[in-house]
Amino acid sequence: MPENGYTSDEMMTISAARMLRNGTVCFVGIGLPSAAANLARLTHAPDVVLIYESGPIGTKPAVLPLSIGDGELAETADTIVPLGEIFSYWLTGGRIDIGFLGGAQIDRFANLNTTVIGDYRKPTVRLPGAGGAPEIATSAKEVLITLRQTKRAFVEKVDFVTSAGYLDGGDARKRMGFPGQGPTAVITDLGILTPDPATKELRLTSIHPGVAVEQVIASTGWPLKVAPQLAVTEAPSAPELGMLRELNQRTARAHAGQA
Amino acid sequence: MVHDGDVVALEGFTHLIPFAAGHEVIRQRRRNLTLIRMTPDLIYDQLIGSGCASKLIFSWGGNPGVGSLHRLRDAVENNWPAPLAIEEHDHAGMATAYAAGAANLPFGLLRGYLGTDLPKYNQRIKFIECPFTGERLAAIPAIRPDVSIVHAQKADRRGNVLMWGVVGVQKEAILAARRAIVTVEEIVDRLDAPSNAVVLPSWVVGAVSEVKGGAFPSYAQGYYSRNNAFYKQWDNISREREGFQAWMQRHVTGTKDFEAFRQSLEQVASHA
Repeated sequence: MPENGYTSDEMMTISAARMLRNGTVCFVGIGLPSAAANLARLTHAPDVVLIYESGPIGTKPAVLPLSIGDGELAETADTIVPLGEIFSYWLTGGRIDIGFLGGAQIDRFANLNTTVIGDYRKPTVRLPGAGGAPEIATSAKEVLITLRQTKRAFVEKVDFVTSAGYLDGGDARKRMGFPGQGPTAVITDLGILTPDPATKELRLTSIHPGVAVEQVIASTGWPLKVAPQLAVTEAPSAPELGMLRELNQRTARAHAGQA
Repeated sequence: MVHDGDVVALEGFTHLIPFAAGHEVIRQRRRNLTLIRMTPDLIYDQLIGSGCASKLIFSWGGNPGVGSLHRLRDAVENNWPAPLAIEEHDHAGMATAYAAGAANLPFGLLRGYLGTDLPKYNQRIKFIECPFTGERLAAIPAIRPDVSIVHAQKADRRGNVLMWGVVGVQKEAILAARRAIVTVEEIVDRLDAPSNAVVLPSWVVGAVSEVKGGAFPSYAQGYYSRNNAFYKQWDNISREREGFQAWMQRHVTGTKDFEAFRQSLEQVASHA
């Protein structure tokens, strides 16, 4: 833990949580997005509607789920709908304000890869695959992405486009006629990247306190551009940190000691 | 009811995963199966690692919240214990394909697979133009398993089945299949199901079998919760071929049924 009392992972989750506005309808991916979305619900966005692809709508878990369909999500939901319905009526039907995604690999135009590293037919690493992400990426009105920033994860071009960001950049996405506008922010443990309005290339627009610009550039697999008005992310507040740590502690207790 | 070479779907989306039935397929040493499942989960890792499958149709193949399915990866990356062909979709596509199967339609239609590379590698994902608006939509062939197997909470003595909670694509998988098998937590005199509950009438189900705890280590809402600690342990159990085989021999192929499997796990835990 750094001297100022929080970790880079905590900074990432807290700054990702802040992006979620109260009252919005959010389709949540498992892992880091799920932590951020629930932290938002427990802090500044009590009326955010969280939807998971297993079918729970308006879920309010007390502990973070390990899987996308833990009983905790089902038991605290307003309703649970079948899978055919969650993807058709709710997601591709156009009911989702924010899709919140993670990923193994992201490129300069915010395309995500969760399928393979290397060649598809002879992969170096076989990853889990698409799940619900391709439709979240194209049908949600807006997409937020959160993952840790390393040179291996932030690449010039993804080996496989699992979920479309801005494809080759510019107006490519608009030409393809996707319903949603695409990723508006990528929140990492080092800073926040947002797409250039014209080229759609991700650039560094906010840097977390205590992080050097050179460090972010060195952790990016393409020549990362830095916005002229580079902001410094506000450090985590005591209530934000307290709530996140309580959530993580409750979760760790709940997931241990059953087997 | 499961034969060598069959197309088999064991469904249950994180919830009500039919582990007991899957173990029985392994014990009977079925071979050359085409396995269908949106999220292969640990049970397909076990089936694949045991050499039961020659093809997998899926949309997300990981150990949820933990990492890789090592046996699935070993089959795809190294052809161990046998080559495994894969047909890969996403969740929206597979859910649509099951619904098309249940509806006895040739294909399902969705506003999906936009911008993803999946259609480049899966020739069964096609695009068609809407005859009314011109919109480009994805078309996926219906899923029609020879056998579908699901686990549910309850059945009555006549064989009507009731499930609730995360119900996934279980109903569609049963209705899309030529033969349907259901295991349940308990058989009761009366279901007392609300009129809009998810009920599979007895006449669409070929066989119902009571297996208490039959979804372990997944969960059955109202009965027991997901054993997340076991999901984490599976990462180690399955990582190496030898360790996986020893575990399967000791706890699955070396036991006569699911109850004996659970007892053999408890013996290990009590000596730990």
